[in-house]
Amino acid sequence: MFAYVVKRLISGVLVVTLISMAIFLLFWYGPSSPAQPICDRESGNRCTPARLATYEKTLGYDNPVYEEYGKFVKGVFVGRTLTIASNDYECAAPCLGISFRTKAPVKEELVSRMPATFSIAVGGALLYLLFGVPIGVAAARRRGSLADKSLVSSFLFISSIPYYLFALLTWLYLTVTFEVPLFSNTGYFSPITEGPWKWFSGMFLAWVALGIFGCTQYTRYTRGAMVESLSEDYIRTAKAKGLPARTIIYKHGLRAALVPVVTIFGIDFGTLLAGTIFTERIFEIKGIGWWALEAVTGKDLPVVQATALFGAVALIISNLIVDVVYSVLDPRVRLS
Amino acid sequence: MTQDPNARSEIEPTEVGANAAETGERELHDDHDVTADHEVLHEGLDFATVAGMGHVASELDPDAPPVLTIDNLKMYFPVKSAGVVRRTIGHVQAVDGISFEVPKGGSLGLVGESGCGKSTTGRLITRLYKPTGGSMMFDGHDLAKLSSREMKPLRRDVQMIFQDPYTSLNPRHTVGTIVGAPLEVHNIVPKNQVLKRVQELLEVVGLNPEHYNRYPNEFSGGQRQRIGIARALTLNPKVLVADEPVSALDVSIQAQVVNLLQDIQNEFDVAFLFIAHDLAIVRHFCPEIAVMYLGKIVEIGDRETIYGRPHHPYTQALLSAVPDVKQAAIGGRRERIRLEGDVPSPINPPSGCRFRTRCQFAQEICAKVEPPLLQIGSRHKVACHFAGELGAHPATPVTTDLLGVDDQGTPVPGATPTNTQLTIPGYEKTWYDLTTKQTAGA
Amino acid sequence: MTSVPMTQSSAAERDASEGPFLRVEDLKVTFPTQDGPVTAVQGLSYSVEKGKTLGIVGESGSGKSVSSMAVMGLHDTKSAKISGSIRVDGTEVVGLGESQMRALRGNSMAMIFQDALAALHPFYKIGAQLSEAYLVHHSSASKRDARRKAIEMLDRVGIPQPDRRVDDFPHQFSGGMRQRAMIAMGLINDPSLLIADEPTTALDVTVQAQILDLLQDLQREFNSAVIIITHDLGVIAEMADDVLVMYAGRCVEYGTVKQILTTPEMPYTWGLLSSIPDVHASTDARLIPIPGNPPSLLRPPTGCSFHPRCVHSDKVPGDLCRTELPELLPASSGTAHLKRCHLADPVRVYETEVLPEIAPDLVEETR
Repeated sequence: MFAYVVKRLISGVLVVTLISMAIFLLFWYGPSSPAQPICDRESGNRCTPARLATYEKTLGYDNPVYEEYGKFVKGVFVGRTLTIASNDYECAAPCLGISFRTKAPVKEELVSRMPATFSIAVGGALLYLLFGVPIGVAAARRRGSLADKSLVSSFLFISSIPYYLFALLTWLYLTVTFEVPLFSNTGYFSPITEGPWKWFSGMFLAWVALGIFGCTQYTRYTRGAMVESLSEDYIRTAKAKGLPARTIIYKHGLRAALVPVVTIFGIDFGTLLAGTIFTERIFEIKGIGWWALEAVTGKDLPVVQATALFGAVALIISNLIVDVVYSVLDPRVRLS
Repeated sequence: MTQDPNARSEIEPTEVGANAAETGERELHDDHDVTADHEVLHEGLDFATVAGMGHVASELDPDAPPVLTIDNLKMYFPVKSAGVVRRTIGHVQAVDGISFEVPKGGSLGLVGESGCGKSTTGRLITRLYKPTGGSMMFDGHDLAKLSSREMKPLRRDVQMIFQDPYTSLNPRHTVGTIVGAPLEVHNIVPKNQVLKRVQELLEVVGLNPEHYNRYPNEFSGGQRQRIGIARALTLNPKVLVADEPVSALDVSIQAQVVNLLQDIQNEFDVAFLFIAHDLAIVRHFCPEIAVMYLGKIVEIGDRETIYGRPHHPYTQALLSAVPDVKQAAIGGRRERIRLEGDVPSPINPPSGCRFRTRCQFAQEICAKVEPPLLQIGSRHKVACHFAGELGAHPATPVTTDLLGVDDQGTPVPGATPTNTQLTIPGYEKTWYDLTTKQTAGA
Repeated sequence: MTSVPMTQSSAAERDASEGPFLRVEDLKVTFPTQDGPVTAVQGLSYSVEKGKTLGIVGESGSGKSVSSMAVMGLHDTKSAKISGSIRVDGTEVVGLGESQMRALRGNSMAMIFQDALAALHPFYKIGAQLSEAYLVHHSSASKRDARRKAIEMLDRVGIPQPDRRVDDFPHQFSGGMRQRAMIAMGLINDPSLLIADEPTTALDVTVQAQILDLLQDLQREFNSAVIIITHDLGVIAEMADDVLVMYAGRCVEYGTVKQILTTPEMPYTWGLLSSIPDVHASTDARLIPIPGNPPSLLRPPTGCSFHPRCVHSDKVPGDLCRTELPELLPASSGTAHLKRCHLADPVRVYETEVLPEIAPDLVEETR
């Protein structure tokens, strides 16, 4: 078990390294010089070749790529000093660069954005698991019935709507058209430390949108896995032992059905942590997704780089957690 | 969010309780139209006709030359350690030095319990695995040493029939495509004649030749196995490896398929390596049988010897365990040799004789010295220090003189092993007589 | 087994000590399918006494498992339609409420299944699965009692080091040990009726022999009624007292094991006997298959459901086999021997036509 986790951690670190290289190379060999955006910005769109060369030189873009990647890695561990034009910027470890726009260290901004995104992700995921899994179980128990069929088809309908459209409609109907009081505060993220109610009311609409949409999907995943697990031989054995229906469904059926659901959830949750771009954009919550979007439009390369890397790390960590949970659920994985 | 609705495919609701017990019925629904064809085909047949189609047990042709000669074949699968660095920490000795011959147009049966290496042997011969050691001589080529590319032209001569008729056919291909594919791969007949050949083959295996454009799910289990047989026959193979060809089928269908295989053997002169755990079916189909235990052949011989006068305690135990229909006439249950426990791990097999841990006759020598596969009759070899008929096992090892050891298996100083018998794949003209402890011959 | 737990059915046991423990009468089981209703079992009647073994033989789709699952009440009552009568120890279980049914299941009647690897839950320890079966019917017992009981049962079925293996998961057991654990679980509440559905099908012959021996020993010890469902006539020959041959959902022949295997009177039973080779038979015995395939239950054949595959129907005058379902009537060898066939003189046909082909050695002996 321990060796397994260590093995997964090592391979995770390897993957992060490779991804960071790939991202680095992508910007290095992009269509224009990596210094072009900052040159444009600083010189008010009158970036001459001479100015560009200055930026390239101070940012180190005239050095070989491996040398600069080395400096980047070193910065992550011990910090570094970055020079843009003639100004020096101190960037403490773990240094992910200096934002071209704000000139602040990327890491600090990342940390300040995290609570908003994490709030959305955790709340939304909790909602859709809390509703999706039990509804899926109930549907599987009544499989083939009218209730099951109508539920499955209506949920299929909802989950085939593009998420951004669904979120937009939720916002439109709940706040603008009907002005539901609970949702009126949306769009102002305030950290939970500044009062739970403010935090809660600011997040609530985003959670509802994410929760309903995820719920439709998780209901279908759970239902599918549950139908499969309920048709297994061991369910028949459990019934033959004289166990009550509740024990058969939850202890014997759901435990096995959870394995595939957990697998999907791991990928989903990792993606959520990396930034719920649509949710943040539509409900105006300034989290990592929003930030990434701004960085892309503003050609803020260090930020784009950092958000991409953060996304990769989030995905790898959540996958690692899934694997551990998986081995807790299924002793065959743990003991082989 | 993953927004792909196909991330996990939905499972259709099943009408009934969806239990294993009902799958039988579901399969039957699948093939009702085909069944209807069969009703037409078979109605009006009388007993004499059907009985005439049934075969008696296959006979041995002692003079047939070998078509396939297996010598000291070995297959070791590496076992990797758990942990961060996966080192090879041992080997599963799935097949450990077996030798036998398959006679031209004849059948050799390979029996033994799960894990004894019989299926691995089949897969080695068809080169689904590359052997760790030994040779497999076929038509002047050593199949064990050929590369995959060199093997390709020979593959048409060595074909395989699989156990499970439900998973060994691609459900998205028509029967015509499945049976005809080998013809196109090996470029044997012009494209426009493939269909004709496919229909011929379907007729040979007792299927309606007009059904070439149907899909496997439209056929019952027995019919699917016939399709598998037709596919194996497509290239006129010289050797067919049949790995449990009937064990997944219903009892009444098993006999149909066994008879079909006998028909094919008679008509096309194909040699069979027939792998099965059902000792009665093997007895019916194979005039010669090899018994395997934990990767080794413990006894090999003709049918009368193996089933009538087995000399190895394992063969005796195996045979005594087979339930006997005729027992009902006598009532009660036969005395049987009880084998305790399970087969030991092939990663770390017992020293000396591998069967000794479960053998009631085992003595010290069995742990120290591995018994050689000794020829003790004109067509009979056995690997046991105490080889003898049931109830007449000798009290002292029969192999001491041959191996130059004493009764406890300790080498006798100065004694020279007199075992002049090399374990050759076939049979020698002379053999070691157990009663006289001398070389005897025909 | 030191203490035999008192079960709630002990009072009823005394009342019903006269008759057989299980009595099935005119059982019919129908499932709805997309193509229409399928009658998997119909007109089935049999009974099993304590200490006796009934063997049920048939191919896939013959209804042998479906009928036994009806006895255990394992069919989904929302979809399966069950009619007729099933009396377990005098209690009618057809139409019995789920909670009363649950009190019987796993308690006074238990079932063990084919393929123990699939039938045991892969995620729970063997011991936990056994204890669970004990606790559900012994609400006053503590977890420690249940664990002790589980170890005791594992020991009884011959699992070495049961106090250690009790904490293993099913995949850590060998095939034979899994089936033993399955039997231990079935017997943990000392049931009076044990249904074994193909208990040895996936096992090697030597392991099969061990399991069959074990079942017989346990039956003797617990004096339970046993139903063994199998397609293997060899297993039937060694285990059963009475045999029920099923084809297309109906009983086609019923009798003692000796009657069925030595003087069968129904061509389907002949076909089963002629299509399996025997390790001791003469090599001149022919392997004579039953032509065709088992019928579709969706569109069962008219008349006798075996007629499309029967090679003796030419000996029945007219179109009787095709038009009329034969009654289950006493056979010539004894009143307890029943058969469903129109043949006028099946004994003569079997002895003069079938036997010389499938067992030439036996014919010579009798001459």
